[in-house]
Amino acid sequence: MRRLRLAKDAMDRDWAEPLDLDAVSAHAGYSRFHFVRAFKDAYGQTPGQYLSRRRIERAQELLRTANLSVTEICALVGFSSLGTFSTRFKRQTGLTPTEYRARHAPRGAGHIPGCYAMLWNGGFPLRRDGGQGRDRDRDQGRDQDRNSGEAD
Amino acid sequence: MIKGIAITTVWVLDQDRARDFYTEKLGLEVRTDMTMGGDKGMRWLTVGAKDQPDVEMTLMVPGPPGLDPESAEAMRTLVSKGVLGVAVLATDDIHRDYELLKAKGVEFLMEPQERPYGTEAILRDDSGNWFSLTQRSEQIDLSKDWGECVDPM
Repeated sequence: MRRLRLAKDAMDRDWAEPLDLDAVSAHAGYSRFHFVRAFKDAYGQTPGQYLSRRRIERAQELLRTANLSVTEICALVGFSSLGTFSTRFKRQTGLTPTEYRARHAPRGAGHIPGCYAMLWNGGFPLRRDGGQGRDRDRDQGRDQDRNSGEAD
Repeated sequence: MIKGIAITTVWVLDQDRARDFYTEKLGLEVRTDMTMGGDKGMRWLTVGAKDQPDVEMTLMVPGPPGLDPESAEAMRTLVSKGVLGVAVLATDDIHRDYELLKAKGVEFLMEPQERPYGTEAILRDDSGNWFSLTQRSEQIDLSKDWGECVDPM
């Protein structure tokens, strides 16, 4: 369990690095397939989903505060494909990166408290949809497992 | 009338290691380190900040007499998994302390970030508990809207 946490911490800390599944599972000392399964059992999301969520969070921050283009931010937070970035961004925030910036940029930094972000990503299954979260995670898992081998 | 918060519990995996971590890395002081009830009794170990004599954290290992074996195992899992947040540690210079603690090998999950209530970084102890290290601003910045950033997932 501690080794899984070290891998998760690496994603929290080094989210901007070109982390791929091999690099992350190496932190845990697991094979990649065993790692994905164990991580999901422990934290309710695949490593790819988790890392993607952390990167989008940082992208939100940069879109509000930094004078950078969406493409630059996409690369900065560690996505290799603008299309994947935009899709994930919209799935997580409900807005495209450009819409998000238009709505939030004037208000500047500091929306997501760090401890809130930690709690939110603490590994408890998300239950906002009345307990269907695990099933939905499972459905998305197939898609995400495929992508978690990439840099995103 | 309750006069304040005196002691709060932190579950750690090893009291010797935790004692070293909280003193040598975080710079807290040991207030009490004694074993109640003989050699095999409960070790009562508390630490606190030098400038705050009336607040302590007791570093407890999950187990008897407080926890039955099943609960102790569950608690150890939660600690190792890294989901337990323990406390906000207050600093008057977060950038200095961030560099200082990082140089000592303290693991940070988040570098200092501007927040409506101050500047905040997140660190872990050696067991897996996370702490916020916060330099509070004088006033909460209410010009920022927090609500719309709630992750809709």
